[in-house]
Amino acid sequence: MPVFILRRLAQTLVVLFATSLIVFVGLYHVGDPVEILVNPTADQAEKERAAAALGLDRPLHQQYLGFLKGAATGSLGNSFVYGRPALEVIFERMPATLELAALAMFIATALGIPLGLYAGLKPDSWGARTIMAASVVGFSLPTFWIGLILILVFAVQLGWLPSTGRGPTTEFLGITSSLWHWEGLKYALLPAINLALFKLALIIRLTRAQVREHSLQDYMKFARAKGLKRSRIVGVHLFKNILIPLVTVIGLELGSVIAFAVVTESIFAWPGMGKLVIDSIFQLDRPVVVAYLMVIVFMFILINLAVDLLYSALDPRVRLDSAH
Amino acid sequence: MSRLTRLRRLAASALLTAAVTAHAQPAPQELVIGLSTPVTSLDPHFHNLGPNNAMAKHVFETLVKMDEAQRLQPGLAESWKAVDPTTWEIKLRKGVKWHDGTDFTAEDVVATLNRIPKVPNSPASFVTYTKPIVSATAVDALTLRLKTERPHPLVPNDLVSVHVVPKKIAETAKTEDFNSGKAMIGTGPYKFAEYVAGDRVVLVPNPAYWGRKPDFGNVRFKMIPNGAARVAALLAGDVALIADVPTADNAKLAKDPRVTVVGAVSNRVIYLHMDSDRDKSPFITDKAGKPLDKNPLKDVRVRKAISKAIDRDAIASRIMEGQAQPAGQFLPEIFFGTSKKLPPEKYDPEGAKKLLAEAGYPDGFGVTLHAPNNRYINDEKIAQAVAQYLNRAGIATKLETMPSSVFFSRAGKLEFSFLLAGWGAETGETSSPLRALVTTFDSKAGSGAANRGRFSDAGVDAVVNTAVATIDDPKRGLMLAAASEKAITEKQAIVPVHYEVSTWGMKKGLGYKARADQYTLAQEVTRAK
Repeated sequence: MPVFILRRLAQTLVVLFATSLIVFVGLYHVGDPVEILVNPTADQAEKERAAAALGLDRPLHQQYLGFLKGAATGSLGNSFVYGRPALEVIFERMPATLELAALAMFIATALGIPLGLYAGLKPDSWGARTIMAASVVGFSLPTFWIGLILILVFAVQLGWLPSTGRGPTTEFLGITSSLWHWEGLKYALLPAINLALFKLALIIRLTRAQVREHSLQDYMKFARAKGLKRSRIVGVHLFKNILIPLVTVIGLELGSVIAFAVVTESIFAWPGMGKLVIDSIFQLDRPVVVAYLMVIVFMFILINLAVDLLYSALDPRVRLDSAH
Repeated sequence: MSRLTRLRRLAASALLTAAVTAHAQPAPQELVIGLSTPVTSLDPHFHNLGPNNAMAKHVFETLVKMDEAQRLQPGLAESWKAVDPTTWEIKLRKGVKWHDGTDFTAEDVVATLNRIPKVPNSPASFVTYTKPIVSATAVDALTLRLKTERPHPLVPNDLVSVHVVPKKIAETAKTEDFNSGKAMIGTGPYKFAEYVAGDRVVLVPNPAYWGRKPDFGNVRFKMIPNGAARVAALLAGDVALIADVPTADNAKLAKDPRVTVVGAVSNRVIYLHMDSDRDKSPFITDKAGKPLDKNPLKDVRVRKAISKAIDRDAIASRIMEGQAQPAGQFLPEIFFGTSKKLPPEKYDPEGAKKLLAEAGYPDGFGVTLHAPNNRYINDEKIAQAVAQYLNRAGIATKLETMPSSVFFSRAGKLEFSFLLAGWGAETGETSSPLRALVTTFDSKAGSGAANRGRFSDAGVDAVVNTAVATIDDPKRGLMLAAASEKAITEKQAIVPVHYEVSTWGMKKGLGYKARADQYTLAQEVTRAK
């Protein structure tokens, strides 16, 4: 096990290095941040002053070397726009994104797995057909459209929930979040539902397919023949086996919810990382974009590692140390 | 006690504390405003950007202010005059106090002017406004003397963007001290309460304010960049006022009985710039797409033909849904230094074809129009319409649009032959666009900073350069008008398309005087009596 984790971490460093190089060079070729940042009335002297202040007057390889030197000491540079360390700007927005992603994934799994189980166990029932039809809708409608419809119905027409922004935060168990009480939670509900719908549909369909597949397998027949209680067959034997692919998918989807909540965040004006990175791309705020992508890559690697470890816990046949 | 009950108790007590804190939350009569562009910094001297400057004007004040039509008004200065062409004497307001209770004096202004060039890592410096001033002295506590190197009539206009901070803050505070609120001590109608980057700014009233007390003391700004979401937030009652009503929702909102929409023509002109300098221009071809050795855009008749070929009324009414006024010069006529003789050019496709034939292009030629697609209201759609009108007149026009981050870098490197852009005259008078767009490019003198067509005409240069050194206001106004006429009527240095109209939407019962500078100022929001 330790060898496995060490090898993973070494791979992580290589991936992070490659990401930073690609993004650095790519953004350099998109355009000159100075042209975007300076006031339009600025003359040449002011543009040169701004370039020097932001370190953009040096050739690209020197800028990148400077970045690597900083990265080795844990600093990914100062944001051009905010004039503060890029990592600080990102971490400041991270809790908002994480809590939204957590709530969305909670809604998706808490509803998705039971509904999927039901649809898989009683595939011909009227209820299962309704669930499957609804999941197709959840799959195919674009997020921004659903988001606007949610706002229109629940905020504008019914007036039950606020339409925009993040609610007040409170501290509980050492974590500051807006989810701990209703005043804040009501702000998070619509964006979280918006974000959860697609994942919910995915988890329902995946669970159902797994249940259908496993119901026909020998160990299930054997369990039934042995006369085990139905609750034990479903709750222990079936559930443990269908969980393995589900864990992978939920893990990866959690990553994608965190990394790509951009659309939902901008429709609901949720002050998370997604909105930050879009603004930063438009303003060519390279340190923030590079730092963001490195944080996200790192997060995906961690999630994958966690998924692999969970795997071996769920399925004793999986051995992590074996070379593959 | 079982684990479950303990958990339940914990949850219950958490909910209880939550309910208590929630109860103490929103202050009554809070005005909530939805902004379209996020504030990037609260340091009033760090990033020279419209939304930042508008936010600064709540907590800080400037010596000179502008009203909704950008006419100069006394602010922290009661009066100002040029005692000789390079010396300005400014009398400051008596009895003004900083938020911490100390007196405002001329020393504070001097310290502010000294801080501006020294703000580290500034991506867009406010030096633009202070550079002409070579020395500032406090003659006494309420008299200030500014010296300029050359005669500079725009000192008062420039001072509108110089937010004054207390001396001790100017000398010690860093940008992060402003963002944390520590250094947010101004003289303005509001005191700072809270800032969460990308999310909100909260302000509370300054009871000791010297001027008119705002109708709404407590203000909360929310950043809602998405237009549809901003409108929804207004309709749902989550915000009481929004900036920048999206064109698509304008008509619907104007008819809604719960909402008032106000608009005013802004200081921003949308225009076409043509490469009138190079003989061989990168995107000029013949009709078949082969590069041309001769650049037709150098011929003033061709530039005039382009102007005649565009139906400005149709663009303003259909594409902009009324949120634009057809343009004939650099600024709308209500501004200083504009000409009365420059109405928007009439749509005349036949006249355009005739001019093209006279210039030796009876069959037209080929060109690519470049435009940004996320910078100005409906910029991409306007560019599409322009390209279609030009195709109709015989100029085979291709269109290429791109995000502004790419567009402005490439335009600055002169990679285009024909482009659509906009210019906002933040000084509120015509010398700003004239100097930036049509005077000869000179990086040392700072003229022609946005002259991306490299238009150059000695006659225009001479009039503009004399005007910007003329202290006498009426005289300067006439010169600027004459320069506009020369640049447009004689030379067609740029083709003005329209002036953007800025809009605000608000709950019935609120009032806001739409501002030409596009600032959303909470102190100007009124409650119907």
